[in-house]
Amino acid sequence: MEEIKRVEIKAAKQLRALMAQYFLEMDEAVKTKSKKIAWCSSVGPAELAQSFGFLLYYPENHAAMLGANRTASDYIPIANAHGYSPEICSYLTSDIGAYLKGETPLTKAYGIQKIPKPDVLLYNTNQCREVYDWMSYYAREFKVPILGVNTPRTQREVREDVVKAAAAQLEEMVPALEEVAGRPFDIDEFRQSLAISLECSQLWEAVLDTALARPCPITFFDACVHMGPAVVMRGRKEPNDYYRILLAELKERVDQGIAAVPGERHRFYWEGMPIWGKLRSLSELFSRLKSCVMVSTYCNSWVFSDFDPKDPFQSMARAYCSIFIGQDDTFKENYIADTVERFGLDGILYHDAKCCPNNTNNRYGMANRLRERLGIPYLVINGDLNDLRCFSEEQTVTNGEAFVEQIEELQ
Amino acid sequence: MRLYAGIDIGSCTTKAVVIDQEGNMVGSHVRRSGINYQEAAREALDIAFGGRGWDGIAIISTGYGRHSIDFVSEAKTEIACHARGGFAHVPQAMTLVDIGGQDSKVIKLDDQGHRIDFKMNRKCAAGTGTFIEEIAAKLDLPLDLLDGMARKAQKRVKIGSYCTVFASTEILALIRAGVSPEELVRGMFESVVDRVMEMVPIADLVLLCGGVVQYNPIVADIFKARISGEVIVPPHPQLTGAYGAALFARELVG
Repeated sequence: MEEIKRVEIKAAKQLRALMAQYFLEMDEAVKTKSKKIAWCSSVGPAELAQSFGFLLYYPENHAAMLGANRTASDYIPIANAHGYSPEICSYLTSDIGAYLKGETPLTKAYGIQKIPKPDVLLYNTNQCREVYDWMSYYAREFKVPILGVNTPRTQREVREDVVKAAAAQLEEMVPALEEVAGRPFDIDEFRQSLAISLECSQLWEAVLDTALARPCPITFFDACVHMGPAVVMRGRKEPNDYYRILLAELKERVDQGIAAVPGERHRFYWEGMPIWGKLRSLSELFSRLKSCVMVSTYCNSWVFSDFDPKDPFQSMARAYCSIFIGQDDTFKENYIADTVERFGLDGILYHDAKCCPNNTNNRYGMANRLRERLGIPYLVINGDLNDLRCFSEEQTVTNGEAFVEQIEELQ
Repeated sequence: MRLYAGIDIGSCTTKAVVIDQEGNMVGSHVRRSGINYQEAAREALDIAFGGRGWDGIAIISTGYGRHSIDFVSEAKTEIACHARGGFAHVPQAMTLVDIGGQDSKVIKLDDQGHRIDFKMNRKCAAGTGTFIEEIAAKLDLPLDLLDGMARKAQKRVKIGSYCTVFASTEILALIRAGVSPEELVRGMFESVVDRVMEMVPIADLVLLCGGVVQYNPIVADIFKARISGEVIVPPHPQLTGAYGAALFARELVG
């Protein structure tokens, strides 16, 4: 098989340094008790916690690391044996399994022996109920407060009364956060954290928008790695500096015509979660097929355009109620259709993640509806975010190759 | 005589087909794939060529082992090759159903033979040849008796599970309930068709390919009873993919 030589993204070096800094700083804070730690769901109320000076740790990020280094499959059975079904979120089961075994990928990556013990746990059910179940487990283990926002899902529209209710829940968290943090709430700190996070979101969106270029300078698989700082450090200045560097490099690649997939012939959408343990092999498969998997709702999920420092509680509530995963299929369908047209895509890949119905969008006929509407084919890849027992490499390769053959035949 | 070949290295069997310039099949061979795909492919080709030697001949590989052999001109998916081979036999818009050892495929073709859609079964082996082999082993029945037995069934029993292991458990329950072996075997074939019919709506002209149909023609009869459209089985259903690969080899040379 032909080997594809890709031009690597140079900023990856700064990315690795930044992620190391993030984890080492937290480890140091735990050891010296200099700062308190809040665990937060990935689209939870990060900026509010940030304003109290908490360092934020994200179990989902930790779980993605377990997936990416392919140790998740060792830990999932441990959680299964403790009553957490193999049918539920494999982020949750792999993370709890690793906790039960007393292991973390942070040890190999950064020499950190233990995950940081939380002082408070924060969640938002905007993405799924599992984040609450997950945090509840740790609330029982560590006997620390759990605070959160309960957001309705499958929304036909983001109604003002829903936003108000979410904002009220955010405000209700303030006294409890003051108590854990040991300091009073400062709305100006909150406004500043939100302003910095908004800038991060805008920079990340600009990074993703470089994919409009032909050839595209960055793949979905690259973006899954480079999104790390926007997930775990939003509300701080460091990711913004990083994304300025990455954006400049990607613009340079566009100017010079450097393709993420050399000889790009096809442009695909990835709908659903990444298959963390197979990012590299999938990237290589589609590169070999001269197909750039370049746009996704997953990576776009950390774009929060509604943040407004002038109206921090309401705007934060609106932003977190408006994320893609919380909307109904009509919204999702329109969103995907608009994105396909905007980026000029030839096909849609749906990842049917065995354990993640919330982030799997091909199960209620949407794939067929969008095929009719857009006139482009789709492929369903059966897999899972972390549980590789649900993924068949052979079937995926055959399906991927046949999908591209089909497109080329019709062209 | 100018010759071309296709080699379909499937999960269970390896099929070789040799064609001439007109697309006539002049040789073929089927053998178990085993664990050495190179050896299986070489031997199948040797026999299909009838000892003529095949150095310098255009060969396309397909099937699960398509990338595992290093002496072919090119590899193409079994989806592409079945479509090509099937359309050569029936040049019309159709649904091609291939029931192989490890997977089932449903391929929709337009009236030009272009693939407009395809689906493969999910990871479970239910609805495939492996499922039939497993159930036959459980019932301690030789594979070559299954078709005849199923035709003697008086009534239909339903095996609903889409998991091979659960289907086996269902069969154990049916044995305890006194269902005859003939009815169980018939139910097993019906279940194979059920699994395929669940993949996409099928109503138009169907071309049935693959080893399961070759050795168990009752599967075609069950299809005929289920759908309104015509059901066609080519003369060598198991060789459709290898034949399609050989046609691609001919196109490659031009």
